[in-house]
Amino acid sequence: MSGRNTLIFMVVLTIFVLSLFVVFPIEKGKLGGRGIRLGLDLQGGTRIVYKADLSGVKPSDAAGAIDGAIAVLENRINPMGVAESSVRRLGSDQILVEVPGKSLTDAEKERLSRVALLEFGELATEGEEAKWEDELGKWKPATAVIDGQEKELTSAYFKENTYVRQDNLGNILLVFEWNEKGSKLSEEVTGRLIDKPLGIFEGDAPLLGDDGRPIAPTVKSQISTNGQIEGLSLKEAQTLSKQLNAGRLPVPLHRTGDEKNVEPWLGADFVSKSLKAGIIGILATMLFMIIYYRLSGFIASLALVYYAVLTLAIFKLLPGTMFTLTLAGIGGFVLSVGMAIDANVLIFERMKEEMWGGRGLGAAIDAGFNRAWPAIWDSNITTILAGVILYWLGSSNIIASDMAKGFAVTLIIGVAVSMFTAITVTRTFLRPFVGTGLARHTSLFAPYQRKANV
Amino acid sequence: MFDIIGKRFWYFLISGIVILAGIIALFVFGLKPGIEFKSGSEVTISFAQPVDKQQVIQALADLGYGSGSAIVRKAGTDFIFDLPELNDAAKAALRTGLTDKVGQFQDGGFQLVSAKAAADTARNAAIAVIISAIGMLVYISWAFHRMPNPFRWGVCAVASLVHDVLVVVGVFAILGGIFGWQVDLMFIAGVLTVIGYSVNDTIVIFDRIRENQKKGISPDFEAVVNYSLVETMSRTLITGIGTLFILIALLLVIGASIQNLAVVLLVGIVTGTYSSIGTAASLLVVWRKGEWGRFLHPARA
Repeated sequence: MSGRNTLIFMVVLTIFVLSLFVVFPIEKGKLGGRGIRLGLDLQGGTRIVYKADLSGVKPSDAAGAIDGAIAVLENRINPMGVAESSVRRLGSDQILVEVPGKSLTDAEKERLSRVALLEFGELATEGEEAKWEDELGKWKPATAVIDGQEKELTSAYFKENTYVRQDNLGNILLVFEWNEKGSKLSEEVTGRLIDKPLGIFEGDAPLLGDDGRPIAPTVKSQISTNGQIEGLSLKEAQTLSKQLNAGRLPVPLHRTGDEKNVEPWLGADFVSKSLKAGIIGILATMLFMIIYYRLSGFIASLALVYYAVLTLAIFKLLPGTMFTLTLAGIGGFVLSVGMAIDANVLIFERMKEEMWGGRGLGAAIDAGFNRAWPAIWDSNITTILAGVILYWLGSSNIIASDMAKGFAVTLIIGVAVSMFTAITVTRTFLRPFVGTGLARHTSLFAPYQRKANV
Repeated sequence: MFDIIGKRFWYFLISGIVILAGIIALFVFGLKPGIEFKSGSEVTISFAQPVDKQQVIQALADLGYGSGSAIVRKAGTDFIFDLPELNDAAKAALRTGLTDKVGQFQDGGFQLVSAKAAADTARNAAIAVIISAIGMLVYISWAFHRMPNPFRWGVCAVASLVHDVLVVVGVFAILGGIFGWQVDLMFIAGVLTVIGYSVNDTIVIFDRIRENQKKGISPDFEAVVNYSLVETMSRTLITGIGTLFILIALLLVIGASIQNLAVVLLVGIVTGTYSSIGTAASLLVVWRKGEWGRFLHPARA
């Protein structure tokens, strides 16, 4: 073994041992504790696509409004205690929400996307334009003039410190505090409406109490600093309070009807089966390679194991935003295993030709690798190119598909690693045989000689 | 020495027949759209006991989802239903009804797709395939830019890619017509993988042709191509067989949920391997020799 090859051998071996530690951690420490981030189809969970109603937003503000909505949705999902949930923009006006490991009901989905803006209203007099109508009558927004401008009284002027409490009688109270502007507005409005009802509305509908009736308290005194809303159910009050504090959505969101829910057991089933299939498939391929290429095939099999371990380690180490393993990604992995075999096969076929041509093992290895290289490079680059195009499409507005992205990343990583293992690892493992007694047995490395004649 | 390329017009004939059969199936049966390509709900459940498919179909019909609105697929004890769009209340009713009429089961998954999202997915899939094909054409033309007529190499490789996509789609039209197999996102992922494999396989052969032509092993282009095909034959077969092993394992172990992906890849790898020789290399020879006219009279070939 030459000094240079010894060095490469050590490096190759070190990478393998490190990869093994990442894949099968002894201690679930910093590196080992990380798992491969699984897609919803493998992990279970809920996926919802919301569409933002941008009709009330200037086109120049649309992007900002969507970003704001995403931030708000994140704030709302985080308290659910779900790790690794994701909220992302999809296309120009859609937002994709993924909540792993949890099934959301229709009611929860609606609650997640509510604007959380309470608007206060006063009864409209005959002939006035009404914004809302319920069993109590017709309502118009409660407004007051502040600094020379007419403003509507809404929860936009709440401080972000609302909370829920129960009074001595057991009534549920949602307590809020006005900010500076809100105080002035509230003073004006409540001063004007003493002994009259103050309606509370969310979107197009009145805020309903636990009894199913609209909440519209009668104003007893002027309110300037803080107030409370009475009559909500405990759960509703708590959700609303959280959402008021987490911020309201800058734009209304609607469910697009593009939704998916996978139960965790189904995903776990896929994972264990995929693993089993992968092991069986790789073992069968190894056996085939050993039968066909004998000692070379055995070394290629080692390279294949190396390939599988290194690829899994990279999958584990990549951040979840870059890589998510999905069922389709497993397909990409399969293709890349095919490529890993292919590179070895290309090299061995060349080596065979060289050895039949009378070269010794060392020379045949070098010539075989050098001559196989252009084909390996071109064919793998086209595959990587397909992967890059797919990834780009997957992250762009054109396709915006996680499946496409996950598949593309698996394919790209797989092909890149397969080039490394086929070239460096196989060659490094073959080299030590040069100059040994085994090297004289051509049939071990280049079996099944057929005379090629033109 | 095998004369592989001499039978090129036979390959065109075989490809033509297979693709034609596929196209006829496409017109007769159409592709059966999976949930991602039509609107509605897909419900996956797993019964505690083995259940007869007919019994489930009957139960669904009793619940108001007759054969017009429900498609039932069975995979072991797992069932997948395609139903109209369901809300939570309808789902709950379906759950109780099925438990009463058929037996205990476990919820597997639920997917809701609106008509708009379905149309987008179908369009996007087509865009992905077309853009990939153009990318391949450009790269291959560039990779072979030192050869005379580099564009031809790219066109021939892409022709074999299109051939493979047509075969896979045709086979699925036939499978859809006979077994009711659906085309879903896994199918699309499979088609994209086949594109990668097909071009990969073609490039290896093209690369050998390029090398042998540079060495000048024969003034006759047909002989160069044939020699290259013979040289690469064992590699072509071994890589194909090795990849098939892994696919068959996936298909047998994982089963129904990956069935589409695995079958697309199985068909794709077979046709991809074949078309590298039968389409890509053969077309290259036809083009070089200006034999286009003989397409009309293959009998003289």
